Amino acid sequence: MSWWTPELAAILWAMFQALVILLGAVLLGAVLTVVERRLLGLWQDRHGPNRVGPFGTLQLIADMIKIFFKEDWIPPFADRPLFVLAPIIAFASLLLSFVIIPITPGWGVADMHIGLLFFLAMAGINVYAVLLGGWASGNKYALLGAMRASAQTLSYEVFMGLSLMGVVALAGSFNLRDIVAAQEGLWFVIPQFFGFATFLIAGVAVTHRHPFDQPEAEQELADGYHVEYSGMKFGMFFIGEYVGMLLVSALIVTLFFGGWHGPWLPPILWFALKTGCFLLLFILLRASLPRPRYDRVMSFGWKVCLPLTLINLLATGAVMLLVDA
Amino acid sequence: MNMDTGKNPDSSGDSLAEILKRDFGDGLLHEQRTLTGMPVFWVTRDALTDVLGYLKGLTAPFDLLYDLSAIDERLRSDRQGLPAADFTVFYQLLSISRNADIMLKVALSADDLSLPTAVEVFPAANWYEREVWDMFGITFAGHPHLTRILMPATWSGHPLRKDYPARATEFDPYTLTVEGQDTEQEAMRFDPEAWGMQRERQGVEFMFLNLGPNHPSAHGAFRLVLQLDGEEIVDCVPDIGYHHRGAEKMAERQSWHSFIPYTDRIDYTGGVMNNLPYVLAAEKLAGIEVPERVKVIRVMMAEMFRITSHLLFLGTYLQDLGAMTPVFYTFSDRQRGYEVIEGITGFRMHPAWYRIGGVMQDLPQGWEKLVQGFLDWMPSRLREYERAMMENAIVRDRTRHVAAFSTAEALEWGVTGPNLRATGCNFDLRKQRPYSGYEQFDFDVPLGHNGDVFDRGQLRIEEMRQSLRIIQQCVNHMPAGDYKADHPLTTPPPRERMLEHIETLITHFLQVSWGPVLKPQESLQMVEATKGINSYYLTSDGNTMSYRTRIRTPSFPHLQQIPSVMRGGFVPDLIAHLGSIDFVMADVDR
Repeated sequence: MSWWTPELAAILWAMFQALVILLGAVLLGAVLTVVERRLLGLWQDRHGPNRVGPFGTLQLIADMIKIFFKEDWIPPFADRPLFVLAPIIAFASLLLSFVIIPITPGWGVADMHIGLLFFLAMAGINVYAVLLGGWASGNKYALLGAMRASAQTLSYEVFMGLSLMGVVALAGSFNLRDIVAAQEGLWFVIPQFFGFATFLIAGVAVTHRHPFDQPEAEQELADGYHVEYSGMKFGMFFIGEYVGMLLVSALIVTLFFGGWHGPWLPPILWFALKTGCFLLLFILLRASLPRPRYDRVMSFGWKVCLPLTLINLLATGAVMLLVDA
Repeated sequence: MNMDTGKNPDSSGDSLAEILKRDFGDGLLHEQRTLTGMPVFWVTRDALTDVLGYLKGLTAPFDLLYDLSAIDERLRSDRQGLPAADFTVFYQLLSISRNADIMLKVALSADDLSLPTAVEVFPAANWYEREVWDMFGITFAGHPHLTRILMPATWSGHPLRKDYPARATEFDPYTLTVEGQDTEQEAMRFDPEAWGMQRERQGVEFMFLNLGPNHPSAHGAFRLVLQLDGEEIVDCVPDIGYHHRGAEKMAERQSWHSFIPYTDRIDYTGGVMNNLPYVLAAEKLAGIEVPERVKVIRVMMAEMFRITSHLLFLGTYLQDLGAMTPVFYTFSDRQRGYEVIEGITGFRMHPAWYRIGGVMQDLPQGWEKLVQGFLDWMPSRLREYERAMMENAIVRDRTRHVAAFSTAEALEWGVTGPNLRATGCNFDLRKQRPYSGYEQFDFDVPLGHNGDVFDRGQLRIEEMRQSLRIIQQCVNHMPAGDYKADHPLTTPPPRERMLEHIETLITHFLQVSWGPVLKPQESLQMVEATKGINSYYLTSDGNTMSYRTRIRTPSFPHLQQIPSVMRGGFVPDLIAHLGSIDFVMADVDR
């Protein structure tokens, strides 16, 4: 057993963790599609999918069979390589960001010093999915959707990064484990409330969830940038959206709500509970709000959120200097 | 009717007739006595645009071109001394300030089917003239874009001409080759130059976007070609006709009675509201006065359909603003309405329940409880829609001062109904020209101020409340009596009268198999339908079938108005506007 070294065991354990978290994220994303429909049904005074299996629990399997066997059609007028690349970026960029999330003290894929920056970089790459998908489709609706998406995502990413700088300043680190550890006594949502509010808004916008779903506004652009996609390519955009939701919820919990911290219950349960609350919020937002106009979304980002994050950052810095002094 | 200006020497209509005779003595050929309830003047072709302009320029102007269509007179046998004509084009004008109508008719001979266009006087004439060209082959000199509107561009023939076949058996079987399909497809391609549009401005190329005919927010098969600069709408061209089923042609081969189910499908969300103008117009021709109970039953069911139609509107209106939940709530309310309707008429969307001279059957036992249950349920729900949605900041931001137009603009384009009242114009036919006993009901006419998307939505919620008030009064004061008029032309005739002796049996048999024969006359009835003013203009030639049935629907001019409202707007505003004008394509194309 000379080959069995502690290093190898650590590597295997890390790989096992990574695999579990990867599959868990994808699977949860898929399950969320059904959960969302059931919840919307509940809130909308109707049943939702309740026919496949007991209480509709097997709906997901039916959906997967359908989406896997659907004709994977690439329009003849599309730009093939980019058309194929776009859904992969959409799916992978957000999924990769999960590596930085510390789920419990012992679980997590990577313990990176630049954790938060990695997430911001991945969110930046995610724009290309929409942009390329919309452009490569050769469809005017897709193009308009891509145009909206790139303008919107760029504006919201500006203050998304800034909204997190208060947290980074308080914790003194970009590393998410350090940030969670720093919230042992007080969750950052209290000192960084404006940071939380703006990050939540930016998070919804970056995942193109309602009410910031202008790029795919069904009533206006008939699903926007992914209108030409079908089969598994559409599935990747679709599941990617839910993975994004999951990621943003998990990040909010990690950055502002103390991650796994909490009394009595094991850390994993606390983390799951808190994340679940934000997932509910995402779905409830979709059920309850109308969609603001696209230019209003832009001006809200630039005129309200960006100044707010800047003031928040300045105030945080000032308070910290005062306390240090 | 207070439109009977021809017989009343005190009304403004009669003095108007004298003024017209004085000023246009040579141009005025004949004054026709009809049952339309308005003066009908035959004018010469040369005097037409002058008379139209004159009527529009009066101090109390005829400011709304209500309807414009034609009649193929070639097979009409009983013309009652009318001027000789192969085709007649008629112009019906409506004056809000006078609360009166006037109809102008122009006689045309088959070898010279041409008229000057009225577009310069009434912009709304544009589509109506295109429809006349499409259906009758009459050209309008000076028209900016005289092309087919309801039929495909590749069509040959003019369907409403009497020599155009009406039955499928008179045609060869339909075939479509691959080449034919390509030709049809190519004919659908939008050509900006044909509409006088630029392809670029200062080196920036415009995008031409087909919104529809298959688009989630087009509310049916409706195409709108947008000329876009980014998301700004530089100009747009509505394209209709995808839902055209030739209802007016079908009316010419159905008996007076058997056409009733076709009317249900004109404004298919309006149910029996569509039967109302048709049976009222037919009853004028037949000379039937219906019992009070029939009037109240008709009002009650029509108002039920106004509510179900407005609920559908409200749900889709809010959905077009991006709120996905309200539509499910309004649909479940609408379902409650349909349970009442089904309990009374036996059918949900298209009951075809009104009859010439009455309704199909009496109210069932326990109907009061059924209706009262709905009346008790709705008010709190309407309040909830207002609190959750109409007071929502995003809804207000999306709708206030968006796609707004003034009363003058609305009249210019022939806009009627809630969309007109949203501009503050108090014109509701139920108040202005009560029919079917509306004068006996106590209700208010809600008005808007800004004529924007918000007002059009809020006003319809208020209209539902008023409809509930009317229905409550129907429940409280339903008169006793018969559900059919005691008249020889009531269709189908009461069965009790059948088995008296052989003569009554024969009469009954003829009236059921052929249907009633209505005297040769012309009658017209307007009603305040769910979407605006809907009317049937019936021309009888003393037959079992209508000679010409003109169906004037409110949604047709509402769609024509879209470009003038939306130029310079954004795509999301257009979607909000489309949601707020409440149209169904069957009501446009017929």
